[in-house]
Amino acid sequence: MERVPVLKIGDILLVSIQIDMEDQVALQLQEDLADRIVATGCHGVIIDISALDIVDSFVGRTLATIASVSRVLDAETVVVGMRPAVAITLVELGLSLPGIRTALNVELGIELLARSRQDELTELDFDEDEPDAAAVSTS
Amino acid sequence: MSDEGQRLPVTTDQDVVRVRQAVRTFSVAVKLSLVDQTKLVTAASELARNTLVYGGGGEVVVTRVQNERRAGIKIVFADEGPGIVDLTLALTDGYTTGGGLGLGLSGARRLVDEFEIDTEPGKGTTITITKWCR
Ligand SMILES: Nc1ncnc2c1ncn2[C@@H]1O[C@H](COP(=O)(O)OP(=O)(O)O)[C@@H](O)[C@H]1O
Ligand SMILES: [Mg+2]
Repeated sequence: MERVPVLKIGDILLVSIQIDMEDQVALQLQEDLADRIVATGCHGVIIDISALDIVDSFVGRTLATIASVSRVLDAETVVVGMRPAVAITLVELGLSLPGIRTALNVELGIELLARSRQDELTELDFDEDEPDAAAVSTS
Repeated sequence: MSDEGQRLPVTTDQDVVRVRQAVRTFSVAVKLSLVDQTKLVTAASELARNTLVYGGGGEVVVTRVQNERRAGIKIVFADEGPGIVDLTLALTDGYTTGGGLGLGLSGARRLVDEFEIDTEPGKGTTITITKWCR
């Protein structure tokens, strides 16, 4: 069985799907990514699907699961490079990929990850600095 | 009138990939638009997976068809599995008995021009889809 490679680039795991995946290959990728997130402590995952000429409900579900699992492991997933015809087909199929962040290409995906990580850290700082304000607002 | 079709067994994951590739080749040959190619290959992928997973395996036949006005592609997915007892339910978005998303049948129907199901409990399921060039 083929395997989709997972590359570590700085704080990001990059997956570029270059093959028409059998279902088992997609499930293997899901497992490999979870393992690599834990092993590397990366906070961002980019999945480049620009080479995919279709995304059916199985691959769509796999992408959604990868996004959920990485979130639980404190990593954000961005799916990049979806072809226009694939986007049209996915919507008509009934799959809107809720909860999946997307960007047009790898570069914009990296920017999106950097920004959302920054926002998260700023939010954390805010919570720690003003415990009283938080207590008042919830009482 | 129709040409001789291509017959593909569906008994493994890899066979589902082969079905996608064959349907893509036919779609390019009859010059379906890129979006229509994508829709047809996606529908075929969903139905071939159902043939494998729920039908216990079966066969797919892809044929080039032609009517007075235009060319198209007809694909038949046949299995001798358990059949579908409640077709209305099976065609409902989100309904699944296998932990899927329940969008294969209903979604595939939306993606093609013609969609026909022939199913009988205990006997099997045959689904025929057609997509015409615009
Ligand atoms: N070839 C088949 N033979 C028997 N049952 C089928 C077949 N195809 C679909 N079904 C039934 O219809 C349901 C819906 O199928 P589908 O829309 O593809 O969703 P999913 O594959 O996610 O379950 C399946 O869960 C299954 O119960
Ligand atoms: Mg299905």
